[in-house]
Amino acid sequence: MNMLTDAAVEETLQPLYKPAASKMTGKDVTVHYGEKQALFGVNLEVPEKQVMALIGPSGCGKSTFLRCLNRMNDTIDICRVGGSILLDGEDIYDPRIDVVELRARVGMVFQKPNPFPKSIYENVAYGPRIHGLAWKKSEFDEVVETSLQKAGLFNEVKDRLHEPGTGLSGGQQQRLCIARAIAVSPEVILMDEPCSALDPIATAKVEELIDELRQNYTIVIVTHSMQQAARVSQRTAMFHLGNLVEEGPTEKMFTNPDDKRTQDYITGRFG
Amino acid sequence: MTPGILAIIVLVLTAAGYVLGRRRALALAKRDGARLHSLPGHYGQAVALFTMVPALLLMAAWLFLQPLLIDNQISSQIPDSVIPEGGARSLVMADVRRIADGLDRLVETGRVSEDALSSMQADTTDIRGRLAEVGVALGSDVAPAVFDAAKSYRSIADTSALLRNIAVLATALAFGFLALQRVKPAMRARNISETFIRSLLIGSSLVAILTTFGIVASLLFETIHFFRLYPARDFFFSTVWNPQFRGGSDLGILPLLWGTFYVSVVALLLAVPIGLMIAIYLAEYSGRALRSFAKPAIEILAGIPTIVYGLFALITVGPFLRDWLAQPLGLGTSSSSVLTAGLVMGIMLIPFVSSLSDDVINAVPQAMRDGSYGLGATQSETIRKVIMPAALPGIVGAILLAASRAIGETMIVVMGAGAAARLGLNPLEAMTTVTVKIVSQLTGDTEFASPETLVAFALGLTLFVFTLGLNILALYIVRKYREQYE
Repeated sequence: MNMLTDAAVEETLQPLYKPAASKMTGKDVTVHYGEKQALFGVNLEVPEKQVMALIGPSGCGKSTFLRCLNRMNDTIDICRVGGSILLDGEDIYDPRIDVVELRARVGMVFQKPNPFPKSIYENVAYGPRIHGLAWKKSEFDEVVETSLQKAGLFNEVKDRLHEPGTGLSGGQQQRLCIARAIAVSPEVILMDEPCSALDPIATAKVEELIDELRQNYTIVIVTHSMQQAARVSQRTAMFHLGNLVEEGPTEKMFTNPDDKRTQDYITGRFG
Repeated sequence: MTPGILAIIVLVLTAAGYVLGRRRALALAKRDGARLHSLPGHYGQAVALFTMVPALLLMAAWLFLQPLLIDNQISSQIPDSVIPEGGARSLVMADVRRIADGLDRLVETGRVSEDALSSMQADTTDIRGRLAEVGVALGSDVAPAVFDAAKSYRSIADTSALLRNIAVLATALAFGFLALQRVKPAMRARNISETFIRSLLIGSSLVAILTTFGIVASLLFETIHFFRLYPARDFFFSTVWNPQFRGGSDLGILPLLWGTFYVSVVALLLAVPIGLMIAIYLAEYSGRALRSFAKPAIEILAGIPTIVYGLFALITVGPFLRDWLAQPLGLGTSSSSVLTAGLVMGIMLIPFVSSLSDDVINAVPQAMRDGSYGLGATQSETIRKVIMPAALPGIVGAILLAASRAIGETMIVVMGAGAAARLGLNPLEAMTTVTVKIVSQLTGDTEFASPETLVAFALGLTLFVFTLGLNILALYIVRKYREQYE
């Protein structure tokens, strides 16, 4: 027994304590909107099949960072991204990466529910259709049904799949958007304040859903609600003025943060 | 006192009413120590409105009714004997009015005194010569009965103008005074001025609506007149358009409708795809700098007068199509053709389609694009599958508005497609449209009594019904669109 060195002991024990393998890694990420710098060298690892919450006061750069993860910032002309972001070890800003394929792997749900003005069925079938994931009607039927089921919406809408998605309630619309994102079988789902436009009951349903989705998907969620971050996430990252303040297990962040700014923000002293 | 001066006096009274009303409200509030319900200016406005509105309404009604009443009275004075054979009483009445007018001017310029005028007699004085001095030319000597009618026309007009002035001023003063009396701190003056503003806005919109009704009514009236002279069945179903001013014409609308339809379709086939693609490019692809330059530049096309497009059709496009297309293919030798007019009209319509569609595409919320891009859709997939369906009703609306422009267009057709009414399929032949024929049936020295001229109204009404239908359809679609993603 005494033949084991300290280092060897640590090595054998490490798997027990090591956080889950990282799915996405941001290395020294900087973002400029025109002249204005929005992110100052953020280094952050997103663990696989867990929920990571990004918190921080408005304008701190958390949504900007989120939008870098599937290159949604590409749609903004004046936005420039520096540093690198890895998805399974591959740099997503590499010119060889196809942004279409990237976004199929890293899906996104937005702040305001934005179903297309199409039927519920067509909303969910949209992704599989453009990526050629299904060809026959039976295949589409199946992917629509399973996606809606995973989003916990199927029972509520199964009798009106061909009615417009815009006719649903706000919470149902948001779950429809989640189903739409799930339908292309992404590996990562990004959520930008998905509950900010919803009432408490709809919020509870979406949170419950996020918790279930964690088994199959890596989730990154931006939220302004501390309770929400505490309820749904395993790890939390705190942003302030374009910098990552600290990152750690949610429990630790909410009980014993290292940084005073995190402490102040969580207890509502600023932000 | 002319109506203009009268109106100015009423406005001066109105201004005085404003000042007095405001001052009285302030004075009363100070005396009683009460709080004013509204701002002091509102009390002034209330008094001003009570001074102005009833008086001006009375004046407008009077100015409208007075000529009708006087005409009625005078025309019953005119004996049938002075009405020339085959003429109408209304022509004699026009003479009466002109003589009265001339007499007014004679008095004004001091050539004849009022007394001398009353002793003037048609058989002793050279009325025609005297009136010619002041620039009123008469076609024949004046009959005594007509001259007497003119004199009494003058006196009645004078009296009624005097009465009008008194009535209008009295109304202004009475209402203004009453309103001033009622000014109290508790008076809800703000509500009065709000109500007035609302009625003013309602009134303005009524003007537009009533004008539409007026236009339809006048068209309808003449059209009914036309159908009394010409069978409606022949008008709607005959395939021959051959007006003869000696009578016995064929006035079938079908060749004209066909021409209108054909030219419009050619125009839309050009304008819709190009316009739409411009709109998509401007809205989705172009950078801000290009867009801010290109959009106004394209809209300049919409500002070019259609006669200029007509010239372009006549001297450039027409001969070009004839030399390079029609003659080599042996399809015709005419430089006016459906294709010429259609192409040029299509160019004219491009900015309508592109500008309206661009607005509609821009109105599709960014959230739709984000949602689609977030799922990994490419730009063209997003446009084809999300933006176009969302914007489609609005785009259809834009196209229908462009179509009603095409149907109503005249100048380009006259200069590009000619004026020959014909039912045919060859796009390189001359054809013509409804609007062109309306113009040609109404130009020239013609009387509005024969079917050949009255047919213009029937054509106009048909066209109106068509474009109205298209516009209603467009509005309906646009409204439906609005409900879609809200």
